[in-house]
Amino acid sequence: MGYERQADFGTPEVTSDIAVTLTVDGREVTVAAGTSVMRAAGQCGGDIPSLCATDSVKAFGSCRMCLVEIEGRRGTPASCTTPVEPGMVVHTQTPKLAKLRRSVMELYISDHPLDCLTCSANNDCELQDTAAQVGLRDVRYGYDGANHLGAEIDTSNPYFDFDASKCIACSRCVRACDEVQGTLALTIDGRGFASKVSAGQTGDNFLSSECVSCGACVAACPTATLQEKAVKEIGKPERAVVTTCAYCGVGCTFRAEMKGEQLVRMVPWKDGKANRGHSCVKGRFAWGYANHQDRITKPMIRDSIDEPWREVSWDEALGYTAGKLNSIKAQYGARALGGITSSRCTNEEVWLVQKLIRSGFGSNNVDTCARVCHSPTGYGLSKTFGTSAGTQDFDSVMDADVVMVIGANPTDGHPVFASRLKRRLRQGAKLIVIDPRRIDMVRSPHIEAQHHLALQPGTNVAVLTAMAHVIVTEGLAAEQFIRERCDWDEYQDWAGFVAQDRHSPEALEPVTRVPAETLRAAARLFATGGNGAIYYGLGVTEHSQGSSTVMSIANLAMVTGNIGRRGVGVNPLRGQNNVQGSCDMGSFPHELPGYRHISGKEVRDSFEADWGVALDPEPGLRIPNMLDAAIDGSFRAIYIQGEDILQSDPNTHHVAAGLKAMDLVIVHDLFLNETANYAHVFLPGSTFLEKDGTFTNAERRIQLVRKVMEPANGLQDWEVTQELAKAMGLGWNYQHPSEIMDEVARLTPTFAGVSHARLDAEGSLQWPVNEKAPDGSPIMHVDGFVRGKGKFMVTDYVPTDEKTGPRYPLLLTTGRVLSQYNVGAQTRRTGNNVWHQEDLLEMHPLDAENRGLKDGDWTRLASRTGETTLRLTVTDRVAPGVVYTTFHHPATQANVVTTEYSDWATNCPEYKVTAVQVLPSNGPSEWQESYASWSEKSRRIKRVAAE
Amino acid sequence: MDIERLRYMANQIARNLAPQGEAAAVDATFQHLRDFWDPRMKAGILGGEREGLDPIAKAAVERLASPA
Ligand code: SF4
Ligand code: SF4
Ligand code: SF4
Ligand code: FES
Repeated sequence: MGYERQADFGTPEVTSDIAVTLTVDGREVTVAAGTSVMRAAGQCGGDIPSLCATDSVKAFGSCRMCLVEIEGRRGTPASCTTPVEPGMVVHTQTPKLAKLRRSVMELYISDHPLDCLTCSANNDCELQDTAAQVGLRDVRYGYDGANHLGAEIDTSNPYFDFDASKCIACSRCVRACDEVQGTLALTIDGRGFASKVSAGQTGDNFLSSECVSCGACVAACPTATLQEKAVKEIGKPERAVVTTCAYCGVGCTFRAEMKGEQLVRMVPWKDGKANRGHSCVKGRFAWGYANHQDRITKPMIRDSIDEPWREVSWDEALGYTAGKLNSIKAQYGARALGGITSSRCTNEEVWLVQKLIRSGFGSNNVDTCARVCHSPTGYGLSKTFGTSAGTQDFDSVMDADVVMVIGANPTDGHPVFASRLKRRLRQGAKLIVIDPRRIDMVRSPHIEAQHHLALQPGTNVAVLTAMAHVIVTEGLAAEQFIRERCDWDEYQDWAGFVAQDRHSPEALEPVTRVPAETLRAAARLFATGGNGAIYYGLGVTEHSQGSSTVMSIANLAMVTGNIGRRGVGVNPLRGQNNVQGSCDMGSFPHELPGYRHISGKEVRDSFEADWGVALDPEPGLRIPNMLDAAIDGSFRAIYIQGEDILQSDPNTHHVAAGLKAMDLVIVHDLFLNETANYAHVFLPGSTFLEKDGTFTNAERRIQLVRKVMEPANGLQDWEVTQELAKAMGLGWNYQHPSEIMDEVARLTPTFAGVSHARLDAEGSLQWPVNEKAPDGSPIMHVDGFVRGKGKFMVTDYVPTDEKTGPRYPLLLTTGRVLSQYNVGAQTRRTGNNVWHQEDLLEMHPLDAENRGLKDGDWTRLASRTGETTLRLTVTDRVAPGVVYTTFHHPATQANVVTTEYSDWATNCPEYKVTAVQVLPSNGPSEWQESYASWSEKSRRIKRVAAE
Repeated sequence: MDIERLRYMANQIARNLAPQGEAAAVDATFQHLRDFWDPRMKAGILGGEREGLDPIAKAAVERLASPA
């Protein structure tokens, strides 16, 4: 297809039960009441010129380009600000209008540089299009009056420029930043001719302002004023392919706009149901890693990790790997082999990796990075509700009245969802934040949380039980809902338990450090404030009581009747793009795809019949147990696709020891990551731009990933796994990932109605998609819980064994920033580094003063497992006694200090609580130095001469 | 597998299930070990000393040794 901009209807879509019929240029059209005349005209094929209107923001009515004539009305109203009325007769093209529009256009053009032919937006500029549309041929005022042509270009943002000389002061950018993104970084200063867009305060540029580089203003700008640098460098795109972001679990969809084989820009797709045309800096701009020089595109092997890598052909690499796997299996048995699927890869790729492990390796030793993030969500929600997933779609938040955010930092971790949430909060919904740290959501422009419960890290269950105590003892429970939808006897047991005095906010205050009155007020608000929705993140799951916290959250939703309709629900904000999908596709060692236990004979039979092999009926090992078993000698070979466990998993020393003890470590990735330092085989991976398949986001929404360029390594990841399976003797023969999805649908009841063809036709589907829900399930548990009756689970606060004391008096908690992603393998290889070059340690001023530390000082961060050094930020975002850092940079290796304590039910690591000491330091720790030199040695490559 | 680690894990599971009352907690702990532990972990805890296991975990491990 040739390149075309996505259609712009000028003003946002309106929903209403009332339909209005009118006539536009002789054509009858019916639209929802409240729709603008401009949008109605667009919907029946009309083409009213406009400059200040775009359908992502509310109409402003400033440019006077969109004038129309309406029978029976005087004058020429602006169609963007005039709502439709029944029986209206509108004329959009008359000689009078043409004349008026031409005069307006003349004014704009007289102040605009006329370098169209050399402008980077040539042929992709709304000003140019509109001038042509209104037939402007000459400018009566001449071009030499006052103008802004000398304005300096602001190039400070790494991805887009701001050239004020081309600005027509339409304010679309300002409104996009306010309404779509919610950052309010832009203003229009001055009036009339002197109006000027500026970022931040006087003296700021885009980089130094509050701007978070989401790109909404760039997408909204009708001229070349705000434009991607890549368009200037590469030129106007020639075609567009819709695909899905490979960063976080929001699952934004984009038009990958291409020129030949080159990606020019990623523009958020307006029809994407997860993002509704919005994006964040990562998905929109941070895709440069795909062509980074560090990328490895040839397979490599070595016999020992002390040797340099040897580049080999695919045949040699796969033959070598398969031979080793088969011989280890012959010698030590199938259970000595295992693997890790990737939450960054597609559903189809995950399916093949777990299939290879179960049917080729012959064990159930398959796990995924969800182990270290949302495994407690799977456990907790399946126990209470009967499914391992969130209950709502993102749109649902627009009907919430009280939103509770627990252990999540949406503006940084799930930015596009955060923008939706902020919009709802600006409309008046109330906010409760439960987090040890004062996240941005607590206070930002036009938003203030009603309650911030700044709890002591590790006391989530105590806080949630105390909230339940208030709701039950103050008679705020939704009794009718509970009687109808839950097991009443279980409820009574649970209610009796939480009502005990020892669970009152007053009794628990010494433990939680949340003032009892604040907690009571928050509980009352949640129980009585209307639709209550809970959103949570890794601050809930990554604790020794992660699963208990998820169950406490589910209890709270049930006791307040907040399940099964729009505006409510329990919503895990999932980290990686396809972590939901990797769990759905059978990446857990005790479950076959679709969350069915491996011991179930009937389920196992169905897989055995389809795959033609016998499956092990016993659960396999989880990642931490694989490492334990490796040290023990009973686990000897691992295939790791798209995950860097050395950097992302806790207690780095222990991970390193486990990997070192194995006979064969196969890393399948884009880069020589930290784990690859311990690998014997490196299989180069492909990026999301180079493959076909699907991702499933946090809303259970399955969306297509479409190949826009050829894989740099020659093979898509699913093909690599298939080739390895063939080399091991399995007779696989998939021609396209759609065939893998057909197998998923055949064997997994919740995916029964899913196919690539349907996804292509419908844009996306939310599982379950089956006979009962042929078009998918935006909201779950509508007529009853999946498990039948909702189950109240009694959960009690059990303090973590990770205790502070005189040697380690502070509690370390970890998180992430907007611009970097996870271990940073991708984002560190993009322009995003300008926002975050290193991991910093946040500390309260009191703690800093006690230690004689100042902002910017080097510090030594030590726990009983290890130590590292990093620089200090002094801030009251964290409470006294708590310190905070991120884990985006391998030089810091924050996980050197985290411990092996983990969630009791799932072994999800307790990243959020580590007892530490922080002292002044002069430079890198011993581990950092020795690791740096070892890592350099381990990455040597012996290149082969080009064939 | 390191018996200390296995014992710690079993105790931690038991401790978190304890609020359900003893009988239910033994049941739930037993089911947890049965459904989530790999055979070598089960063998490890069954083969190791029972000392150091808290009463609920101990009863669950005994049930694992001879499931009713
Ligand atoms: S990039 Fe986003 S945050 Fe920055 S000014 Fe534009 S709309 Fe606002
Ligand atoms: S920068 Fe673009 S969107 Fe903003 S006012 Fe100027 S022309 Fe309009
Ligand atoms: S919010 Fe998440 S899915 Fe959307 S663009 Fe950003 S990283 Fe990608
Ligand atoms: S588009 Fe209607 S006034 Fe500008």
